[in-house]
Amino acid sequence: MSIQNRESFLNNVADQLGRKRRSKGVTRPQYSVEPQWRVFEGATQDELIDKLEDQCRVIHTHFKRSTMDTLTEVISQSIEENDGHAVVAADDKRNDEYGLTSFYENLHDEGVAFHLWDPSKGRENIQFAERADVGITFSDITLAESGTVTLFNHQGNGRSISLLPRTYIAIIPKSTLVPRMSQAVRHIHKAHADGVDVSSCVSFITGPSNSADIEMNLIVGVHGPVKATYIVVEDM
Amino acid sequence: MGIKIGNAPFRDRVQEGIENDFMRGAVSSAQGRFRSGRLKAAEELGDWEDWRTLGEEIRSHTLQNLDYYLEQLSEQVSKRGGKVFFAQTAEEANEYIRNVVQKKEAKKIVKSKSMVTEEIGLNETLEKAGAEVVETDLGEWILQMDEDPPSHIVTPALHKNKEQIRETFASKKGYKNSDLPEELATFAREQLRKEFLSADVGITGCNFAVAESGAVTFVTNEGNARLVTALPETQISVMGMERLVPTWEELDVMVSLLTRAAVGQKLTSYVTSITGTKQEDEVDGPEDYHLVIVDNGRSKILGTEFQSALHCIRCAACINVCPVYRHVGGHSYGSVYPGPIGAVLTPLLDGYDDHKDLPYASTLCAACTEACPVKIPLHEHLVRHREIIVEKEKKAPRSERMMMDGFAKWGSHPAAYKLSTKMARKALKPWTKEEVIQSGPGPLKGWTDVRDFPAPSEQTFRSWFKTRQKGGRS
Repeated sequence: MSIQNRESFLNNVADQLGRKRRSKGVTRPQYSVEPQWRVFEGATQDELIDKLEDQCRVIHTHFKRSTMDTLTEVISQSIEENDGHAVVAADDKRNDEYGLTSFYENLHDEGVAFHLWDPSKGRENIQFAERADVGITFSDITLAESGTVTLFNHQGNGRSISLLPRTYIAIIPKSTLVPRMSQAVRHIHKAHADGVDVSSCVSFITGPSNSADIEMNLIVGVHGPVKATYIVVEDM
Repeated sequence: MGIKIGNAPFRDRVQEGIENDFMRGAVSSAQGRFRSGRLKAAEELGDWEDWRTLGEEIRSHTLQNLDYYLEQLSEQVSKRGGKVFFAQTAEEANEYIRNVVQKKEAKKIVKSKSMVTEEIGLNETLEKAGAEVVETDLGEWILQMDEDPPSHIVTPALHKNKEQIRETFASKKGYKNSDLPEELATFAREQLRKEFLSADVGITGCNFAVAESGAVTFVTNEGNARLVTALPETQISVMGMERLVPTWEELDVMVSLLTRAAVGQKLTSYVTSITGTKQEDEVDGPEDYHLVIVDNGRSKILGTEFQSALHCIRCAACINVCPVYRHVGGHSYGSVYPGPIGAVLTPLLDGYDDHKDLPYASTLCAACTEACPVKIPLHEHLVRHREIIVEKEKKAPRSERMMMDGFAKWGSHPAAYKLSTKMARKALKPWTKEEVIQSGPGPLKGWTDVRDFPAPSEQTFRSWFKTRQKGGRS
């Protein structure tokens, strides 16, 4: 039995609401206001990148720009700046397109231990990520307002990559930028309505982890990454 | 532990809070920071009132159709390999979770911060069953070591200072470094990493579930909820039955309101939505997923004049502006839910018997109502609670009832009224010093314990008015 006690529970809810149980026919109302669509309305991709850059200062995140040609150089630099001796990256179909496959293969020659997430290796992936200094993934949708990268985690993009290493590097294709979360969730909402299953884990990540639990002092870097770098790539 | 924390009478708890200088300093500075963060975030948004209106409309629609959306949610979670348990009571929820844990022969459980698990007293149940439960939110971890209840729903260890925390780490975990918050946090990171990696079961709360697709969303800054949901093979999410939204589009609005109202952030570091079990070939994420939906007194609030209290998204904005909370601190409320929302919600969930003082822990200044991102009329609910306590529950103190009866008789006899207003100044003379009474007799004592009472004027209002009408001195 995968659902237990539902009928009595929901019948009671309906009783308390003073009406018959509703199992179908409920539609969302037309809300009287929808302020979310006014945020950065009509902004160009370049303007959104500027907003993202501003927000990165607020969220303690390094912001870098690159072209398709300079991307690997910028990543290499970022790995070095973050003392990256062990690097884990997502197995993303964009790796080839962005010239990352060969770049990653060559990291070994530079004395950097590299691991590409591989579901056939099971928990070995997690063990490597736990020891890694740097984790690298692409952003699937990037929210300019809050400085957030959205990851649809999947077989090749494990949850641990952006979580366990001390430093997280997100590669942000310029085309993935949208004003705010509203556009990202509309995409998910529509895909779901079209019968596409939403990823088992959708991660909205905004900079490194932090806490204000000790005397309200902001501490950057608690359980998740201590540092974060965003690299925006001109892909359009 | 459950929703009620401690057995000391309300007055004693308040006294203890007022005497705790560190706590009061910490609370007032935290309130200042939270408040200015929220106002700044609202200002940046520009049309905050529209956002609040939208938030209220979403919450109201969802609660009106709660049975529909909960059914949809459970179908979706089940479709994605999860198991759903509807728990009418705290006991049922605890029992189900204990069974899951025992079947797994789980020894270690990691938890991310969850108010509903505090409310149902889950940790106690699991510890009794022989499992080790580790709270992984930094604030909750500190409190767990000290066996101390939370005093704020967003920053639970607000009442502790860094010296106390260093002390706790040193005595309980052999910590040897300084009381710098960064060093303390680094130590927590190292210690808790081991726990995450070796845990058999992860338990979380739920900020919002998305009915249309079965996603359960966590809003955090530390990243512990991500670890709790990524590493252990079994994962249990516990949600209050009202914590859901119809679709992903409403999730956006509610999360945007929550992070701004709670901490003034546009989004927290992590907003994580997990749906059922991990998919085939996925390495991390749970193999076994359970969603426990808890009523525990909530359904009694549906269909009543208090229904909007269930719109609460636990942002603590009301707590952060409350002048009473500022002075007495979170523990004074004797509930896992402190502040204005706690004073509204606790008597509804747990009855008036133990919590009849809470609706009086308010100046009715309405700062809470103004701060609430989903427009819950908190101070109006508090007034209504007071009416019910006095009129229906007859729980007003005997002395107050006698006084009110006396006042009614006195006020309806003009001669008695006239005589006593004339006599009041003389009668109170022995207690009067320089036109104020600092330590009054009888019923005045409750007032003068905490503030001065002005001595009755030499001239009564009536005689002043009469003179004025005759064209005399006014």
